[in-house]
Amino acid sequence: MIAIIDYGVGNLFSLKSSFAAIGEEAFATGDPDIIRKADKLILPGVGAFEDASLKLKESGMAGIIKEEVSSGKPLLGICLGMQLLFEKSLEYGEHEGLGLIKGVVKPMEGLISPELKVPHIGWNPLIIKKEHPLFSRINNGDCVYFVHSFFADECEEAVIATAEYDKELTAAVAKDNVCGCQFHPEKSGDVGLNILRAFCKEM
Amino acid sequence: MITKRIIPCLDVRDGRVVKGVNFEGLRDVASPVDLAKYYSDEGADELVFYDITASAEGRALFTDILTEAAKNVFIPLTVGGGINSVADFDRVLKCGADKVSVNSGAIKDPDLVGKAARLYGDQCVVLSADIKRVEGKFMIFAKGGRENTGLEAIEWIKRCVGNGAGEVVVNSMDTDGVKQGFDLELLGKVCDAVSVPVIASGGAGCTEDFIKLFKTLPKVDAGLAASVFHFGEIKIPELKAAMAENGIPARLLKK
Repeated sequence: MIAIIDYGVGNLFSLKSSFAAIGEEAFATGDPDIIRKADKLILPGVGAFEDASLKLKESGMAGIIKEEVSSGKPLLGICLGMQLLFEKSLEYGEHEGLGLIKGVVKPMEGLISPELKVPHIGWNPLIIKKEHPLFSRINNGDCVYFVHSFFADECEEAVIATAEYDKELTAAVAKDNVCGCQFHPEKSGDVGLNILRAFCKEM
Repeated sequence: MITKRIIPCLDVRDGRVVKGVNFEGLRDVASPVDLAKYYSDEGADELVFYDITASAEGRALFTDILTEAAKNVFIPLTVGGGINSVADFDRVLKCGADKVSVNSGAIKDPDLVGKAARLYGDQCVVLSADIKRVEGKFMIFAKGGRENTGLEAIEWIKRCVGNGAGEVVVNSMDTDGVKQGFDLELLGKVCDAVSVPVIASGGAGCTEDFIKLFKTLPKVDAGLAASVFHFGEIKIPELKAAMAENGIPARLLKK
């Protein structure tokens, strides 16, 4: 059973629907007991880093996530959920993340060509940098859907895929049983569903 | 390299897809859920569901259909039509919409774009603008294109983007339904004025119209159309292949 961690950030409709579509049992929940019982965890998130990070801490979810991850449970962070895995974010100030992966979340503005639009919205080919179970059912160059204005930097060791938007931006990261994708697998058609399938079956 | 998006638009009334030519003479086409699934399988990059229902019953039917589509289609869904308040944003986002497009609602309540952007993020708020030339000026029309608001189009779009609209759909009423190509003059002016993604709408008649759009205006992010897709006059896999052949980045599905 998959627990989609519900801490009051973002809309979980599409994530729940995509697990249903691949025949996996998934619950959106903020109940610590269900999260502890789950085989795997999804950390979703849309919106502002500071708000999400505060909600994770205040709800006690930050502590539970760290405990479950240290026991070896697989965790997939999606979009802002991936950014929260890092040590800190420079989104409107400086805010502490979960610190599960070394790296810093930075604004794209000023770091990519001013010719390019921010937010980065659309489909980009994935450039796979390292073999990883998440990619076992997709091919290098398959397109996935991004919506973001901030990106993970200083995380070279954990990068498993990038996407080119002026420069190569972090698209997916992994460290041991923790992984994350900046793009939205639940909005990336069959390619995205295959990434979620791989997370369920092969991690 | 980010790819150029191809977006079919489904106008929905009383649970069915319809398409008007110059907003008049609506014709029934198909089931919205079936059509959405079909387009997703064909390689559409995003779908727009436009609710043209006026009645409360029709609106409830629309949200049911949207929910059903969102359970079965895993590409971004934008919903528009009848969005007049933050409560309307909430209603369609709960049914699985990813973005919400506002048109007349933003004209009636100039704070709507800003309020929604603060609650749901800029990326969620799409400004949809129906634009027509009146005495040589581009003007914003409301109420499905029936009413000239007196607002100058470029100024209006800049103001809404400043308030937090994360994307702009530019629908040229002069080229809509005519199938002679997109309104490149208008689109060029909008691209020069704003730095958020611009979606071209109105006028696509054949594959070459999309090629010309993206070649002439590299800043345009996406092309939107309805009847040419619904009636099979343009097939999305062929359009994507033609884009790739012409050096336009396109998302191609591997079979």
